Amino acid sequence: MSKKPDPPKESEAILSGSRRDFLKTSSLLSAMALTPAAVIEAAEHQWDEKFADAAEKIPVTLQVNGVSYSVKVEPRMTLLDLLREQLNLTGSKKGCDRGQCGACTVHVNGVRINSCLSLAVCNEGKKVTTIEGLATGDRLHPMQEAFIKHDGFQCGYCTSGQIMSAVALVKEGRTQSREQISEFMSGNICRCGAYSNIVKAIQEVKNNQA
Amino acid sequence: MDKPSFTFDRRKFLKVAGGGLIVAFVSKDFLSFARKSSPQGSPSVPISEVGAWLHIGDDGLVTVYTGKVEVGQNIRTSLSQIVAEELKLPVSSITMIMGDTDLVPYDAGTFGSRTTPQMGTQLRRAAATAREALLEMAAKQWDAPITGVNAENGMIVNSATGQKIGYGALTKGQQILRTISDDVPVIAAKDWKVAGKTVPKVDGRLFISGKHVYTSDMVVPGMLYGKVLRAPSYNAKLIAADISKAKAVPGITVVRDGDFIGVVAPDVLAAGKALQLIDAQWQEESGQPSAANIFDYLVKNASGEDGERGSASTKGNVETGLKESDFQLSQTYHINYIAHVPLEPRAALAEWADGKLTVWTGTQRPFGVQEDLAGVFKLTKEKVRVIVPDTGSGYGGKHSGEAAVEAARLAKVVKKPVKIVWTREEEFTWAYFRPGAVIDVAAGVKNDGTITSWKMVNYNSGTAGLDTQYKTANRQITHLPSKTPLKQGSYRALAATGNVFARESHMTDLARLIKMDPLDFRLKNLDDDRFKTVLQAAAKAFGWNGPKAPGHGYGIAGGFEKGGHIATCAEVLVNEDKEIKVLRVTQAFECGAIVNPHQLENQVTGAIVQGLGGALFEKIDFAAGKILNSSLSAYRVPRFSDTPHIEVVLINRKDLPSAGAGEAGIIGIAPAIRNAILDATGIGLTTMPMIPNGTLTT
Repeated sequence: MSKKPDPPKESEAILSGSRRDFLKTSSLLSAMALTPAAVIEAAEHQWDEKFADAAEKIPVTLQVNGVSYSVKVEPRMTLLDLLREQLNLTGSKKGCDRGQCGACTVHVNGVRINSCLSLAVCNEGKKVTTIEGLATGDRLHPMQEAFIKHDGFQCGYCTSGQIMSAVALVKEGRTQSREQISEFMSGNICRCGAYSNIVKAIQEVKNNQA
Repeated sequence: MDKPSFTFDRRKFLKVAGGGLIVAFVSKDFLSFARKSSPQGSPSVPISEVGAWLHIGDDGLVTVYTGKVEVGQNIRTSLSQIVAEELKLPVSSITMIMGDTDLVPYDAGTFGSRTTPQMGTQLRRAAATAREALLEMAAKQWDAPITGVNAENGMIVNSATGQKIGYGALTKGQQILRTISDDVPVIAAKDWKVAGKTVPKVDGRLFISGKHVYTSDMVVPGMLYGKVLRAPSYNAKLIAADISKAKAVPGITVVRDGDFIGVVAPDVLAAGKALQLIDAQWQEESGQPSAANIFDYLVKNASGEDGERGSASTKGNVETGLKESDFQLSQTYHINYIAHVPLEPRAALAEWADGKLTVWTGTQRPFGVQEDLAGVFKLTKEKVRVIVPDTGSGYGGKHSGEAAVEAARLAKVVKKPVKIVWTREEEFTWAYFRPGAVIDVAAGVKNDGTITSWKMVNYNSGTAGLDTQYKTANRQITHLPSKTPLKQGSYRALAATGNVFARESHMTDLARLIKMDPLDFRLKNLDDDRFKTVLQAAAKAFGWNGPKAPGHGYGIAGGFEKGGHIATCAEVLVNEDKEIKVLRVTQAFECGAIVNPHQLENQVTGAIVQGLGGALFEKIDFAAGKILNSSLSAYRVPRFSDTPHIEVVLINRKDLPSAGAGEAGIIGIAPAIRNAILDATGIGLTTMPMIPNGTLTT
């Protein structure tokens, strides 16, 4: 008889990084500057269940798709949840909430990240671009056009993340070969298996830029 | 053309259709029955007999109503093409209303590769009937012969006078109902202009701009967020729960009903926190089997009789056949349980209003979920509406409506709309799996390549793809159901994923015994020309007889399933560390007349990629009623870097009816890779997945 579901196995926790561990370690460091002392103390004492209740919501100002937002968020809220639940930008998807599928990929200051692994409070003053901000008015981004042309999707659930990753990939210059594209796109799962067409779309955009 | 009077719910029908021309598909059997039983010769058609309908409004817009749902297989586009073809309209003129139980006729569900052959055929006839009706109406209006009027780009044209009238103008102000008979003339595939062509996904722009609203994205006014307390293991019983702490949190509602405990909160974070405040004690069930002993368990618990009626296939005498053979080979194949892993986990939004329940959810069986909900809440089906927004995939894994029932339970208590989105861990643990199996094959072969005996027994997973597709004078084929410790259900191509693996592995092993080329051996034992054609096409494109470098191996496999004929060739490289890399795959596919070539290729390629997972590394690990790898870091699905170079060879048989293409494409990849590994190393693997750790271990 046990009282609660077992905690994740150690290996699992390391690989996936539960939110709790995550908060306690790396991200907390970068969040410290704008986190009330009480929260840091709570985290240090591993009072994570309690501290979130006690914690004040934290004000964050950030730019999303060129629009400035000043919001108040719980310290444990992820950037993905901020986008989806508070800013109503649901184009970024939650496929795993652990940084393992890539469906939530967005750009922060021009760099692609898994928004489910970034705490909202860590994005103070940053510029976030989501799939909703990729087109210019009615004019689609070339990567969006290429995804349509090459059928780079089926159910579409991973597509926002694929496109955001692909746009960044071209910028990173990691499009020298099919193998390189595959390696550096491997954080983005397409369960429908449209990988070959996505590679074609990326190659076309890259070639048109060259 | 039959013109029965419709007695089905006219209110529902006219609510959705208004004026204009309505064409409903009614089965021929029913019409002939109704005609006989109706003295006036005007049969009535109950709504249960209507499979699909389409409507041309007096504005000229065409709306098609079908119970099929879009889960990425691209039927919203392909069905539009079929209708547009018959109505001589561009695809953009067609609107598809799908999977909304209030608006569309009953449909059993989107599975079994049935959409194209069944719904496609119904809609083709419905559209052709509409076209013929419009032609008749115009001819009458102009007092012209029916042969003197033609349909062109949304207009009926009088070829003698050049007069033109739009579809909408023809039907304006009228309510015209037609049903379809089988003899309505449809356009032959060889004359297709809209169907048969590559058309991009009709609403693709919504998906590439993040604007498509999946169930999990939905928000309605006043909506709250639900979460459900899960048991620590399968079959655990709740013996005590302290919900007071969670209940004390402002804004939180806790719902307890027997073993079911759910929370409702104003936002998703609060719902998660509330759940953690519940102190529950569970009585867990001991002695549950684990992945380590599952295969013994399936065999021990098999029922002694053939499971599904008609699954046993017997011919001649397998014992006699074995005596006639020069070589005999018996092998046992093991197929592990795997998960579908749809990237959008189960989600539902439920709303109660005036005693009626509306649920948006991603399911492949909207009417099945409607029935489930009606049963749970003791409502008539008319009081339950299920709407399926285009969904983040299914692969046979979303036949059920768990999240729909959960959301509805919570929404009923809080009297507000409630949304539930399962976590990835919940999706891995509380959905259902492709069944595991033990498959015994015993066969005998003569030196000249004649298969004299074929005996095959499937424990647990099912009959799909079980019967042999090769000639043999003596065969005995059986499926024995077993007890399953994990919830199991439908999957892309069902049990064929395992059965074809076993059969095609065995075929290549038999060929090696008699030192015959595996392709020649298959061709020698085939009568089916379509299967032969894809085998030859795949081998040719692949370069089957070409040279290969040391460490490289070639494998071939194939079969036919649900109207789709496939053959797959694979090349693998096994290096000195026994690491295996699938370098390239060539797959030939034939499913009759092709409706949309590029989308078909996309579907077939996707099936290969998905099949790679089950072939190489996907496996549900479990013990003591717990899933041990319920995350995407622990359960490996194919990624970009796992994808070989894939070549798809499509064979377009315009002389044959179009069959579905979602499933058959998955069955060849595992045995093709297995046979390639055998070719490279001499090692014949018999377990799926074959290399869960990436290297060959024997």
